[in-house]
Amino acid sequence: MSLGPEEVKKIAYLARLAVSEDDVPAYARNLSSILDLVAQMNTVDTRGIEPLAHPLAMTQRLRSDEPTEPDQRTLFQGIAPQVEAGLYLVPKVIE
Amino acid sequence: MHDKTIAQLSAGLAAGKFSSAELVRALLERIERFNGTLNAFITVTADQALAQAQAADQRRAAGQGGPLTGIPIAHKDIFCTLGVKTSCGSRMLDNFIAPYNATVVEKFDAAGVVMLGKTNLDEFAMGSSTETSYYGPVRNPWDLDAVPGGSSGGSAAAVAACLAPGATGTDTGGSIRQPAALCGITGLKPTYGRVSRWGMIAYASSLDQGGAMARSAEDVALLLQIMAGFDPRDSTSAEQPVPDYGASLNDDIRDLTIGLPKEYFGEGLDADVARAIEDAIAEYRKLGATVKDISLPNAPLAIPAYYVIAPAECSSNLARFDGVRYGYRCAEPQDLLDLYTRSRGEGFGSEVKRRIMIGAYALSAGYYDAYYLKAQQIRRLISEDFRKAFTEVDVIMGPSSPTVAFNLGEKVDDPVTMYLSDIYTIAVNLAGLPGMSVPVGFAKGRPVGLQIIGDYFAEARLLNVAHRYQQASDWHTRVPAGF
Repeated sequence: MSLGPEEVKKIAYLARLAVSEDDVPAYARNLSSILDLVAQMNTVDTRGIEPLAHPLAMTQRLRSDEPTEPDQRTLFQGIAPQVEAGLYLVPKVIE
Repeated sequence: MHDKTIAQLSAGLAAGKFSSAELVRALLERIERFNGTLNAFITVTADQALAQAQAADQRRAAGQGGPLTGIPIAHKDIFCTLGVKTSCGSRMLDNFIAPYNATVVEKFDAAGVVMLGKTNLDEFAMGSSTETSYYGPVRNPWDLDAVPGGSSGGSAAAVAACLAPGATGTDTGGSIRQPAALCGITGLKPTYGRVSRWGMIAYASSLDQGGAMARSAEDVALLLQIMAGFDPRDSTSAEQPVPDYGASLNDDIRDLTIGLPKEYFGEGLDADVARAIEDAIAEYRKLGATVKDISLPNAPLAIPAYYVIAPAECSSNLARFDGVRYGYRCAEPQDLLDLYTRSRGEGFGSEVKRRIMIGAYALSAGYYDAYYLKAQQIRRLISEDFRKAFTEVDVIMGPSSPTVAFNLGEKVDDPVTMYLSDIYTIAVNLAGLPGMSVPVGFAKGRPVGLQIIGDYFAEARLLNVAHRYQQASDWHTRVPAGF
């Protein structure tokens, strides 16, 4: 399995990762070698095998729909990069 | 007193031979002296530790507290600690002061255990050498040219060098057992769901499990006793009673049947490591255990399946780091997309970015069945192999790592070679089973670890099996020269 530079850039975009042009060849090489490793999965026939998503046969626990967390907005916003009037600031999205 | 076990220190504190404050001061001095060399700690919480020690001494003086009140330990810097930097070894969280405590941290606090600081790790626990940390690599106290293993390499090195008698770790694919092996200490990855994941920064949620690292199985039992238990805040926490891990440590193992999977002794296993493992198995025979050859036929597929499942879960978990609410934000973002991509591109190191990209690729439209679904089917096969094995044997043994500690820089540029360091540990995570690593000797002057794998929630049995070996051997009492 070999990934080209364009595929690497596409995946980086999907993952919202800025990758510099200089680093693309190294990522292409390394990601391709990881996919080669992963391709060993194809040596086994898994038709009809039930996929296992989780190690313990558990069902999702439910709880009653009641608030369990106190309001900690000030504490949490204290570590945010940029806040104003209780809101998180990002560059302008709508002109 | 730095080279004493937690059990010995607990007895010393109870007998009033020394105070927790004296013990903590002695260890803080050692950290001050050796951390420049080892880089095992990212953050040392000296003032807080002394205050906690004094409070613990008062608790003991008032006849309160438990066996670990006043015992100092270190936390892997993946557990959130209120008011203390929790970096996860990443530039992304270099400025992150956790606004709450992980359940594990809360439980240790409640028991009066003192936190010495936060230990170094591979960035977001992704690695097998602690070289991917933003804070630089950790060195192995047995040989400063060697890696300590990873990702809990800081915890392993701190315990091995007697900077802390115990430490927390996490294990997603071997991150407690492999560094425990490479640093010559005892480590336990419990059954998935045994220890709460709440406040433990997520890497791959269906595999991540917190555990304990110390210098003996007895000490690991003491730590696990505090860590284990149901937590309603962790949606996959196991609702299982917690046994008294100390009570069964000395149980007889003459009825024990040990399975040796042929897949764990084949090609790729270093001959000197194999010899040390065989000697340990021979010791178990002497202790009366029965040894049986078994097979885990799908074991060779564990690494390929893991490198789909773990990256897929990581790409989803790490999507939360967006430069908006906490963590690193790039300078002067042009627009929202630029804010996301540059904050993430600059905040994450290359191994983390590789795994996020593999995950994003495996989950992208058209590839899901070929990668993620296929990997989950293999996960079922691996889990079935273990289920069958445990109908015949009580525990499974083999090496924790195919080699002893490798040199710094040796594998860091070749991710696939690095991944193969976890060839014997990863299947255990895929199945969600408990596994331990116990020091059983040396090869080429570097420690060798025996892996002991148990059935679901059989931690007490694993600790018993490890403890009986440690009663008959002294590998776990060795301290590296110069420390």
